[in-house]
Amino acid sequence: MTHTNEPWHRRMLENRAGLFAALTTVAISVGGLVEIAPMYAIPVDPAAAQAAPYTPLETVGRDIYVREGCYNCHSQMVRPMHAETLRYGPWTRAWEYQWDRPFQLGSRRIGPDLQRQGGKYPDAWHWEHLKDPRATSPGSIMPAYSWLLEDKVDPADAAASVQALAALGHPYADTSEAAVTAQMNAQGGEIVARLATTNIAAEPDVEAVALIAYLQRLGVDGKRALEAK
Amino acid sequence: MSHDPPTYDDLSVRRFITATVLWGIVGMLVGVVLALQLAWWPANLGLPWTSFGRLRPLHTNAVIFAFTGNALFAGIYYSMQRLLKVRMWSDRLSSFHFWGWQAIIVSAAVTLPLGMTQSKEYAELIWPVDLAIAVVWVAFAINFFGTIAIRKVRHLYVAIWFYMSMVITIAVLHIVNNLAMPATLTRSYPVFSGMTDALVQWWYGHNAVGFLLTTPILGLMYYFLPRAAERPVYSYRLSIIHFWGLVFLYIWAGPHHLLYSALPDWAQTLGMVFSIMLLAPSWGGMLNGLLTLRGAWDRLRTDPVLKFFVVGITFYGMSTFEGPMMSIRTVNALSHYTDWTIAHVHQGALGWVGMTMFGMLYWLAPRVWNRPLHSVSAATTHFWLATVGIVLYIVSMWVAGVTQGLMWRAITPDGLLQYPNFLDTLTALKPFYWIRVVGGTMYLAGMVLLAWNLWRTAHPSARSLTPTATVEAA
Repeated sequence: MTHTNEPWHRRMLENRAGLFAALTTVAISVGGLVEIAPMYAIPVDPAAAQAAPYTPLETVGRDIYVREGCYNCHSQMVRPMHAETLRYGPWTRAWEYQWDRPFQLGSRRIGPDLQRQGGKYPDAWHWEHLKDPRATSPGSIMPAYSWLLEDKVDPADAAASVQALAALGHPYADTSEAAVTAQMNAQGGEIVARLATTNIAAEPDVEAVALIAYLQRLGVDGKRALEAK
Repeated sequence: MSHDPPTYDDLSVRRFITATVLWGIVGMLVGVVLALQLAWWPANLGLPWTSFGRLRPLHTNAVIFAFTGNALFAGIYYSMQRLLKVRMWSDRLSSFHFWGWQAIIVSAAVTLPLGMTQSKEYAELIWPVDLAIAVVWVAFAINFFGTIAIRKVRHLYVAIWFYMSMVITIAVLHIVNNLAMPATLTRSYPVFSGMTDALVQWWYGHNAVGFLLTTPILGLMYYFLPRAAERPVYSYRLSIIHFWGLVFLYIWAGPHHLLYSALPDWAQTLGMVFSIMLLAPSWGGMLNGLLTLRGAWDRLRTDPVLKFFVVGITFYGMSTFEGPMMSIRTVNALSHYTDWTIAHVHQGALGWVGMTMFGMLYWLAPRVWNRPLHSVSAATTHFWLATVGIVLYIVSMWVAGVTQGLMWRAITPDGLLQYPNFLDTLTALKPFYWIRVVGGTMYLAGMVLLAWNLWRTAHPSARSLTPTATVEAA
């Protein structure tokens, strides 16, 4: 077969590797650009001012949440449906996620959604739940996270996290290790004091305290703002 | 007698096949362990590095990048050299690609159980590993395009288009989705935040499915199915249409992972509409595959390779029908966050990817080791183990998903939740989780059978090497 007998698309395209690769690149670029670029053109919701960034201790707690892969079983997204708002509370607004790096929407609810978890249970409930999920939730299939009750948070590591987030624009006044440690100790101390009222003796710098600080923060700003409306 | 000139690099093919089989067993074994953990929580063992949350990313990464990845590379290296009538451009890059990829997999197997993760699904690996992936992928791309540049055949066959779409798109997706600010050597924060981060992730996540688990496998189907069936591809024109349709439409569909989320409505609607449109080019590929078998259907009775291909392609058709349906908002309202999603992905992973790759391996191994397949009956047994295993897996997860979805939304006549305790909606799924353990174990057993069969093919005992059992295939 001579080349002149080939159909036009073969001569023009399927015999030309460079052009084929270039057109493929164009074809796979359009959709992503059209969908992602406008996200930066959307005006910021005025309500966004009501969501404060995570404190250093909550940031560390969030890192632990990510490390343990909690998102594999727990979502953070209340959908705008009657049964969901009945079960979890107000449906989630986009601005509530503005300080979330990485996002934690999840893709499967093996356990319940945690978007409105903040303030739902006392700190002691979380402590007992992490130690033995079946103590607070009979029939739960969640693994126990007993190591979180003993493993300590590394202040230098925590400061590195806060500094990286500050570099991405999160407003932290002082990101020195001393300042970060002082803030963590203050917030951790409050949680330890609340745990002590139910006879739980916790060290202020264990990972469980940081995780509880994060869990108690989840969805709180949004709920307050939405209920005030 | 081999028709292939001896100048082709089949060492790389043999290496990638070996890695496919080893990592396949690991990835599927971790999957069975996870299934067991959901049915019986003490299987978490009370250790940090064996808990479900840390092991699940190991399972997904192992089956996507280690099992499927190595299988793709084996098939691509074998077929592109023959389609372009030239040896791979650089043996050194081929070797670097193989060992680099295995090093990445080993680092994943170490870091993920240690809790080092970015938490973005199928992009969990930490930033130093991401850099290594970029380097190895670029090396592969240079070798890939270098081979195309020195080709002895002017025309690029359909399979090459699909491989090309993978090489380009995975590079773009990987780099953009992993843009991050390092905090420590093992932790980083993405440059995107909140819903934008979610959108970028699912643009990546959905198209990792599209351009790692779909288009390159279609390319392999276009090479290996006509060779195994000894029939030409049904329609060249259809392959052009469905190729361009697929690569253009796929990339839009990511937002269907974020329906009813805080993502803007217009983006959700685009994701839904393009997902529904995807049905057309997807079925174009399925039909072109199945119709290639016209006149060869009788061989299905005896040839396990064709059995695997036909069931694999049929599962492709089913899962690319189910996917668009699940992208419709009202269906997604029920299916999202339930095991229905798990059923859907395993229809694609166990059905389409797994079965098609098994068929390819059974066809390929005898050719690259130059010996007949050790046991055709063992391959047939594998086929039935895998097929029944998939059915048990998918049906149990469908039932579990619909059950839980309905229980979440059940409202009493008084307007209250019928199952206010979330745990009631979970404990109801226990029997189905046990059925999944059985189905997954059967699928894993088939994989072990394949490993044994290929091992004996590559290393036959002296007794089986009778004079009549020499090479018969090309």
